Amino acid sequence: MWAYWVSVPSHWREVPARYRLEGGLCRKCGHTMLPKEEVCPSCGSRDIEVKQLPRRGKVANYSVIWNAPRGYEYYTPYIVALVRLEDGTMILSQLTDISPSEVSEGMEVEMVLRKVRVSGESGIIAYSYKFRPLMRSD
Amino acid sequence: MVFVIGAGLLKVGDHWEKSLRNLAAEASLAALKDAGDPPLDYLIVSNSLSGVINGQENLGSYVATHLGLAGVPAVKVEAANASGAAAVLLASSLIRSGEAQRVLVVGVEKMTDYTSLEDSNASLSTLIDSEYEAFHGATLDSMHALAMREYMMKYRINREDFSYFPITMHENATDTPHAQYRFKVDMEAYMSSPLIAEPLSMMDVPGISDGAAALVISSKGEGQNGNARIVSSGHATDRISLYNRGSLVEMPSIGMALRRALSRVGDFKPDFYSIGEYSSVLGYIAVEELGLAGRGEAQKLFRDGEAKRDGPIPVNPEGGSKARGDPIGATAVYQLAETYLQLTGRAQGWQVGGAKRALVLSIGGLGSNSVVHLMEGV
Repeated sequence: MWAYWVSVPSHWREVPARYRLEGGLCRKCGHTMLPKEEVCPSCGSRDIEVKQLPRRGKVANYSVIWNAPRGYEYYTPYIVALVRLEDGTMILSQLTDISPSEVSEGMEVEMVLRKVRVSGESGIIAYSYKFRPLMRSD
Repeated sequence: MVFVIGAGLLKVGDHWEKSLRNLAAEASLAALKDAGDPPLDYLIVSNSLSGVINGQENLGSYVATHLGLAGVPAVKVEAANASGAAAVLLASSLIRSGEAQRVLVVGVEKMTDYTSLEDSNASLSTLIDSEYEAFHGATLDSMHALAMREYMMKYRINREDFSYFPITMHENATDTPHAQYRFKVDMEAYMSSPLIAEPLSMMDVPGISDGAAALVISSKGEGQNGNARIVSSGHATDRISLYNRGSLVEMPSIGMALRRALSRVGDFKPDFYSIGEYSSVLGYIAVEELGLAGRGEAQKLFRDGEAKRDGPIPVNPEGGSKARGDPIGATAVYQLAETYLQLTGRAQGWQVGGAKRALVLSIGGLGSNSVVHLMEGV
């Protein structure tokens, strides 16, 4: 476990992105991003506004992790995926509520808030987005 | 002009009895002895993970102290697996500018003090984006796995098609005295090796290791045991986070570094290639980016034996990251030390016959920091 895992501010400052998928929109080229950067990774513009990103997307690529880093052993095997959100934003996230054999590229997924790691008995419990198979209600 | 005038390297592996300082000192003293013990103007330590694994930073002063070089200016240079190549690039530029006549570059990584796989994985996760990749449980291996899956989907090849890479690397390493894994592997071993991060298996990536290698670099070709000139170098970065990349099967930083190196020379035909690849898929992508194979066709180079040490296009004659080993911050210094030994005809048992010129490509992370050095024996 790293000291910065137990750090409250290091997690707290990412809360808008991790709890709500608050990212960035480049006013110049329209590129959307998570997290919001100071400079657009696509066109280099510095004119970026806060943007609420959509909570649905599709699995673009994934890996099933069998050798976990310290702090993530409990979840092994778990799935790390590149998820393309409905507006085209690409993010990296864990998938949840699904077994490795059920995942496929193109699968529709939706964001849920889940526990990512626990930093010891007195440390903080870090929550963040994970994506699960889309449960249709619309 | 910039010359390598001496080198020293330790066997890559488990050095339980040696600390970070012992490893750095041993390789440095071997390189200085090889170069005839010249006075030094600068020390550059190449390392990536000492802060995380060994609780030690300020490595310039740390290594200088243990070499009895207090007073000599010294810094640490870090660029993941390409740290050593970046260190040599900066050493060259100190020499070209006239700031220094001779620079000692020592690459060192002491990874085995973390004795659990979980801790080793966590330390390697510091090479990817901490807040938006590693936080989510992504590992360095899983990043390579994503590239591997994209490569498999795009070029319609199977897992077994990646076996030719480690098979070739292990075969090359059987003759390399300082290699970590001096044994052959076959496709059956590849296909039965445990999955670390699907579709990537243990046989696609290096093991954990300790290592140190050092070079003495000079403005003159004054080496007593031979000289190799650093003809030109190029360096480029790419986005560290994969979610920001357009493609995971193309690594534009490699081509940019290559073009920058070539832009300063006329014609350069390497007799062999040294590629710091970390994974099978990155090895394939690297030879494609260097123009040695078409997109999606790198496997043929390794399957058909062309990339073997005695083949027409030798790649990693010592066994590469896979089999020589990949002590992260030291790896690129190994590449350059090995290339120096090759170009001075001193790679006994693992020599590329008649090698006069070499292209050395070092890759940090998943193509996020690439350095190309062009070298020739003089």
